[in-house]
Amino acid sequence: MVELAWLIPALPLVGFVTILLFGRRLGDPKAGLFAALMPAAAFVVTVLVYFDVLSREAEERHHVIKLFSWVPVGSLHIDMAFLIDPLSVTMALFITGIGSLIHFYAVGYMHGDPKFSKFFLYLNLFVFSMLMLVLGENLLVTFLGWEGVGACSYFLISFWHTRDSAATAGKKAFVTNRVGDWGVMIAMFLAFTTVGTVSYSGINEAAEMGHLAPVTATAIAMMLFIGACGKSAQLPLYLWLPDAMEGPTPVSALIHAATMVTSGVFLMTRVNPVLAVSYDWAPTTIATIGAITALFAATIAVAQNDIKKVLAYSTVSQLGFMFLAVGSGAYVAAIFHMVTHAFFKALLFLGSGSVIHGMHHEQDMRRMGALRKVMPVTAFTFIIGWLAIAGVPPFAGFWSKDEILLYAFANNRALYVIGVITALLTAYYMTRQVIMVFYGEARWNDHSDDHGAHGDFKPHESLKIMLFPLVVLAVLSAVGGAMQLPFSKSTHFLEHWLEPVIEFGEADIKKSWAYDNKWLLLGLAVVIACAGIAASIAVYAKKKAKAIEPAILADAWRYDAAVSSLVGGPGKAAFNALALFDAKVVDGAVNGAGIVTRSTSGVVRKVQTGFVRSYAVILSVGVLLVLAWFLFRGVWA
Amino acid sequence: MIAAAEPTTTWYLLLSALLFVIGMVGVMIRRNPLVMFMCIELMLNAVNLSFVSLAPRVANIDGQTAVFFVMVVAAAEVVVGLGIIVSIMRGRTHATVDDVAELKG
Repeated sequence: MVELAWLIPALPLVGFVTILLFGRRLGDPKAGLFAALMPAAAFVVTVLVYFDVLSREAEERHHVIKLFSWVPVGSLHIDMAFLIDPLSVTMALFITGIGSLIHFYAVGYMHGDPKFSKFFLYLNLFVFSMLMLVLGENLLVTFLGWEGVGACSYFLISFWHTRDSAATAGKKAFVTNRVGDWGVMIAMFLAFTTVGTVSYSGINEAAEMGHLAPVTATAIAMMLFIGACGKSAQLPLYLWLPDAMEGPTPVSALIHAATMVTSGVFLMTRVNPVLAVSYDWAPTTIATIGAITALFAATIAVAQNDIKKVLAYSTVSQLGFMFLAVGSGAYVAAIFHMVTHAFFKALLFLGSGSVIHGMHHEQDMRRMGALRKVMPVTAFTFIIGWLAIAGVPPFAGFWSKDEILLYAFANNRALYVIGVITALLTAYYMTRQVIMVFYGEARWNDHSDDHGAHGDFKPHESLKIMLFPLVVLAVLSAVGGAMQLPFSKSTHFLEHWLEPVIEFGEADIKKSWAYDNKWLLLGLAVVIACAGIAASIAVYAKKKAKAIEPAILADAWRYDAAVSSLVGGPGKAAFNALALFDAKVVDGAVNGAGIVTRSTSGVVRKVQTGFVRSYAVILSVGVLLVLAWFLFRGVWA
Repeated sequence: MIAAAEPTTTWYLLLSALLFVIGMVGVMIRRNPLVMFMCIELMLNAVNLSFVSLAPRVANIDGQTAVFFVMVVAAAEVVVGLGIIVSIMRGRTHATVDDVAELKG
């Protein structure tokens, strides 16, 4: 079955090509249903591959499928090949699984959009690129997918490009991602010059055998981390993700919450042996940036009023958690949290999409409230997502977040404290969101005259095709934690499954104080989550205290403005100086060479008289001279 | 006893050299394109003559073979050259090669 793994990316590609050719003819909703079937079929194949890989011994869970030799140049040999191992299969499982659910949801959400089939065209291309990214056997195939998902993200963020803000947000995402992509390219060059290959097996093996000098390993790891920062929205490159919410909500759920933004975490996990042999400051930097990003984004999320912006900052925050795990050597926890986060964040985004849909494209939470009465299914599933992200046992997010905090504690207690504060804030702002949207009094009637066209405005529950994915994701968010339970060694299912990939880089915390007292930490995490929820209920439901939402938080610590003024002020001056240098010195050199050539040729060209007979004379003289040389060279010598 | 003298290879080579020089001087001093063209043909055939006459002397047929190649090339060259000359002359009658100096530097 493993041999058929190439079908996994091939199926969405077929969908892409078919919709490219016949999308308009298929129309609404057939194009969407067809597009949704492709990742669904890929999901079936992935499940079969999963069981095949699972049935093998741990050492044999590493299979390379070579399609063709892609770049055979000199000593550089790059194959178009897929690596089937526990990590890539895990990624492919949730990408195709959640991807197809979101496709079905989008059939309902995008119904009636004039560019209906084009939306699914991009969506299928995205799934294809994402699968190339995770299944790639070497950095270049991954990079192909990496750029592919970046391009699709750009297309889909600015999908409603007639809206100015959407077009700008798309450009912002694209440019910010380019900054990160530069790091991935440098890492690739470094790997090729030092190891002689860009294949993961080659690089990781070199690291495991000790052939990779720490300085090289550090350089490769940090360059890849720059790329990961761009793609996974970490400080200082996070700022495109909140703006990316301009895209349609299924896009936010699929690309900007569940799959694409986790590819940075995936990449770092993929090369974990390199990170393991780096200098100590490299993983520390990653963990610190992750923790700071988590806290930073969580504080911003507290003061947002746009239903999707809260979730966007929450995504940045949760990605920070994943990097905290990666930097602490907790790769299993990182992947665990990635998967559970994909479940509950996709659920929350789709839920918010359902609310936006039902509210006739209203996104301001101050105009919502009491929606649980009119949207019972959405409200119920959203509440499950909320419990999962807030860290309430036994929902999925609790187990994964706790695992990360456990490793963080063993690794660096300061980062653990940041993580705990973030967890508190997470519970707080998510509760705030649930209360503002689904509880309290209905505030949408006050503004019904804004929706003049609708007459008497009443929110409504969404279609069944949109509710079905919500229910499935709610179930997964509720029970997803079961894949890695801390009770005993035998309930660490995910760890056993991923072991062949991560055993070299995974930190061993068995002898630490944290591991011995993990039940204490677990209990503390529950207390923290309950405290956050209780505080939020006191403020927003019971109105016992005034809400703390300073303008600086609503404005994201003015980070955007700071970056704008930096790039717009000194940055622009530097660019102008560079442009001047280019115009005067670089162009001057080129133009100078041109002027010299021109004036020289002005003199030399006089030789060309245009008289055939003088050419004949010169030719004859030349022939005679050559002849004389041959005849008399013996004599002269 | 000139009549009885057997022509030797040297005679042919001398004739060939003479023809070649006539052709060469012709190309250099005449202005009529057609005449220059004939002079070029003269030079080619002077070379042909030397090929043919030298072949028996060195007992090698390659020289005579080469002549056929030269003739074929000459024929092809005549076709192209005459075509060019005719098209030039169509525009300006009585033109000499000196009038056609468009590529002057």
